Amino acid sequence: MVEKLATINVPRIREDFPILKRRVNGKPLIYFDNAATSQKPIQVIETLDKYYREYNANIHRGIHKLAEEATIAHEEAREKIAKFINANRTEEIVFVRNATEAINLVAYAWGRANIKQGDKIVLTIMEHHSNIVPWQQLANEKGAKLEFIKIDEEGHLRQDEIHELIDERTKIVCITHASNVLGTINSIKEITRAAHRFGALVLVDAAQSVPHMRVDARDLDCDFMAFSGHKMMGPTGIGVLYGKSKHFENMPPFLCGGEMIKEVHTTGASWKDLPYKFEAGTPNIAGAIGLGVAVDYLRNVSMETVHDHEKQITGYALTRMTEIDGLVVYGPKEVTKRVGVISFNLGDIHAHDLASIMDEEGIAIRSGHHCAQPLMEFLNVPAMSRASFYIYNTNEEVDVFINALEKARKLFNP
Amino acid sequence: MSSDIYKDIILDYYRNPRNFGDLANADVRAKDSNPLCGDIIEMQLKINDGKIDDVRFKGKGCAISQASASMLTEVIKGKSLDDVKAMGKSNVLELMGIDPGPTRIKCALLGLKVVKLAVYGYLGQAITEEVKQLV
Repeated sequence: MVEKLATINVPRIREDFPILKRRVNGKPLIYFDNAATSQKPIQVIETLDKYYREYNANIHRGIHKLAEEATIAHEEAREKIAKFINANRTEEIVFVRNATEAINLVAYAWGRANIKQGDKIVLTIMEHHSNIVPWQQLANEKGAKLEFIKIDEEGHLRQDEIHELIDERTKIVCITHASNVLGTINSIKEITRAAHRFGALVLVDAAQSVPHMRVDARDLDCDFMAFSGHKMMGPTGIGVLYGKSKHFENMPPFLCGGEMIKEVHTTGASWKDLPYKFEAGTPNIAGAIGLGVAVDYLRNVSMETVHDHEKQITGYALTRMTEIDGLVVYGPKEVTKRVGVISFNLGDIHAHDLASIMDEEGIAIRSGHHCAQPLMEFLNVPAMSRASFYIYNTNEEVDVFINALEKARKLFNP
Repeated sequence: MSSDIYKDIILDYYRNPRNFGDLANADVRAKDSNPLCGDIIEMQLKINDGKIDDVRFKGKGCAISQASASMLTEVIKGKSLDDVKAMGKSNVLELMGIDPGPTRIKCALLGLKVVKLAVYGYLGQAITEEVKQLV
């Protein structure tokens, strides 16, 4: 009998993350706050260091060796990212600071030119604030209407509402690929089919999916996609907006100034070609190059392996969490339908108290409203705790976490 | 079972809050929240002759915010308004006997902020920067 063995070597991977050797409050660090930001492998850290030590220069216009090297490395990073999400063309990748800025870019540049009074913008109730507030601002300004697709008890989008709310007045549907609270993976293809039937565009907030699973922009057929580098082992301050070039070409610029112009006269200016039209000012050069190396790292492990490992550890954690009296988990029960994000409450212990007790054990979890207040209101829960995993987390760490939860339960309910 | 900031006394005040509820014929009431945690504290004061005669608090939130508010009600009873205005972070930390650390300090100071809001409100005085910056 032949058995296909998983190729993942977590101990070897952990060696690449220097921070995992840290101790917190005298205990080995257990980092379960990956949905907020991931840790960085030594390969990425050394890339930043090398850039500043060896070829730091401003890109694109410099006629000297360092500028050439920096420009090549910056544009290579763009190519790597285009390949990673299977974009049609490299110029469909625009570098921004983070997913939030990417969404704002679309809301301002595309939204101000295309949304009129009476138009509809369809969101879902599980969106992060970053995929709500820019659209609220746009809708207020234009007199457009926002509508929210709600969820069922297990945290899946309601099918009836998808088909009811997306209609001929809808101009854009803005949806998260994977919820940062519930972990739900949404079926984007279904949404793009429903939206495109009415000529509406689809923006995907992929901040929680691109780092953890294979995401194919062409296959999803979305019009825009936003994600942050720092959640996928890259540096902070670098993110990506993917957009179909036909949309990008018709959009006015978002930020204006240096780097994005072709010609400037006292009477006016013309814009550079894609993607530079959307990249005003000196960009985060080191950040982009670092993100390219993070993508190399993830491709080297393979996104299938990353996703499989996270499904395994999430399943293990979900099973063990049911052992704890009074513990409530939010979101889908099936691990195949979620990313490695588990939000929960333990009895009536406030999420911040729980996070403090975990911290005393060296365990980093997040607590609060997770920048998704409309979802918290919908669920009628003021706060939740959240554990979120990545490729370097282990079942042994989950065991320590479970013991700490049990300890917290006993502390508050002796 | 030991925990650095969740000492027995904190948990005791959280589970059995002293001076919890409404105060009949209160002279002033104030309420504020900590947006980070969603902690809410309301203080009701009975004031006589420049002194706090009686106090009740109500609230919802984490153990640190509720326990510190409850402990505070006990020490301010009988204190002059000037004494309350002079209280600061160190008084609360001393009272609690813990250092909640930078991430939780706002939880611990919410009760004091609300007491001060009530006192300044009663006196008809503008809220100082010091009070605004407590939480």
